[in-house]
Amino acid sequence: MATLFARIFRYGWQNFSRGKWLSAATLIVIVLALIVFESLIVFSVITKTSVALLKEKIDISVYFKPTAPEEEILKIKKAIENLPETESVEYVSRDKALATFKEAHKDDPAISQALSELAENPLSALVNIKAKDPSQYAAIAKGLDNADWRPLTQKITYRQNQAIIERLGKAIDIGNRLGLIITILLTLTAIIITFNTVSLAIYSNRDEIGIMRLVGAPASLISGPYMVEGVIYGVIGAAISLAVFWPAIYWGAPYLKYFITDLDLRAYFVAHIFSLVGYQLLFGIALGVISSNFAIQKYLKI
Amino acid sequence: MISFVNVSKWYENGTKSVALEDVNLKIESQEFVTLVGKSGAGKSTLVKLMIGEDRPTKGKIMIAGKEVNRLSSSELPELRRKIGVVFQDFRLLPKKDVYENVAFAMEVAGRPDIEIESVVPQVLDMVGLAERAHHFPDQLSGGEKQRVAIARAMINRPMVIVADEPTGNLDPGNTWEIIKLLMKINELGTTVILATHSKDIVNALGKRVISMDQGKVIRDEKNGKYVLS
Repeated sequence: MATLFARIFRYGWQNFSRGKWLSAATLIVIVLALIVFESLIVFSVITKTSVALLKEKIDISVYFKPTAPEEEILKIKKAIENLPETESVEYVSRDKALATFKEAHKDDPAISQALSELAENPLSALVNIKAKDPSQYAAIAKGLDNADWRPLTQKITYRQNQAIIERLGKAIDIGNRLGLIITILLTLTAIIITFNTVSLAIYSNRDEIGIMRLVGAPASLISGPYMVEGVIYGVIGAAISLAVFWPAIYWGAPYLKYFITDLDLRAYFVAHIFSLVGYQLLFGIALGVISSNFAIQKYLKI
Repeated sequence: MISFVNVSKWYENGTKSVALEDVNLKIESQEFVTLVGKSGAGKSTLVKLMIGEDRPTKGKIMIAGKEVNRLSSSELPELRRKIGVVFQDFRLLPKKDVYENVAFAMEVAGRPDIEIESVVPQVLDMVGLAERAHHFPDQLSGGEKQRVAIARAMINRPMVIVADEPTGNLDPGNTWEIIKLLMKINELGTTVILATHSKDIVNALGKRVISMDQGKVIRDEKNGKYVLS
């Protein structure tokens, strides 16, 4: 058995190394397919970061009347936290709101002067609410429209920003769906192109396969080397595509940061390098081996 | 050892095209048999059926007690290792050198490397290609290619060597080299079936001649001559 495997590996390597332009052409297609695969990973990271940023920017703020007792506000906060759509609720007291305001305007003497002349804190206490999903803000806003709470609340920002929030929610939803469709389409395209290239490569070897059969080679010794060749394409393809892609990421990441400030692709790649290499190898090897296996079957018949 | 019993082969492609019709043959061990006939007489079809490359429409082919047309795809390789085949177009593996082409036949038969390393040089020496062991097929002449094909066919000491027009692409000098090799292999105890349409070769050999015409065996003579009418 060990001898059989050694021969299968040797034939596979010979097929690859002596195939010259055919091996080179197949390898180029696999490299391109893997670059598409890597681009999809980057695309997914960009989409996720952008969506997260958009989500981060959406919230509902409920401003309370200055007369609203703090314990009542905290009860309302608790009730909002218990809503199934709520992701988080942040309470900002009147004192904290004032401190934040003063800190933000400390370089503006006119505002500082105006504040010091006021007898009491003019700012309202508020709660900032984030939903688990942008589409759930409407449900949360409906939950806030409570007759018992109405005498205590001064303003709910959702009503002012309802149109923008809904549009952002739809944009995020479309972004997610579009991302999924593009990923599926490009993955399918890469798989089909690779499969066709490997099929053509094996088709051009059909005479050799016929000779092997006539000499009495068992199916394992005919198809095995093509599987090995598929693995070689996968491994070398992954290495080349990473060698091409990594500098592109390194060079392009700072430019992407201009558009999406929270996105650090370099850091993402460094942090995920092992899993990325693993996915690359897995995708490349699976592409090569499965394509070879499918393509060779029809030549193994009598 | 090899028998064809009422073997017919026809192809249906709109019209019925008969390649072989009621062929009955028996070839004994260590015989040297020449199959003669014009192009399309059925010689190559006979060879194809013998090595299981095609199946007969009717009848049965027995080789060493096994019915070839009933063998499954997984059983055929074992039969093919017992039959060495030599073709007019050589059919060498282009990405393997001479040594590897010959060794390949032993490797598929599961022979150990140590045996391969010892036997292949001896056989290459016998066919006069020891010096060309590491040349690839596209670096060889037609005669050399055919000698590689013969070396590959005989390396596993098959019970029969089937040569289908092995000299069809060769000049006279190389033709006789190949025929001498086949005779030598036969003298060493291997049955040889030679399909040819060369009158000179058949008459010079003076061996059993099976003449075919339009898919039928029209003559079968022990020490025959090339006669087609």
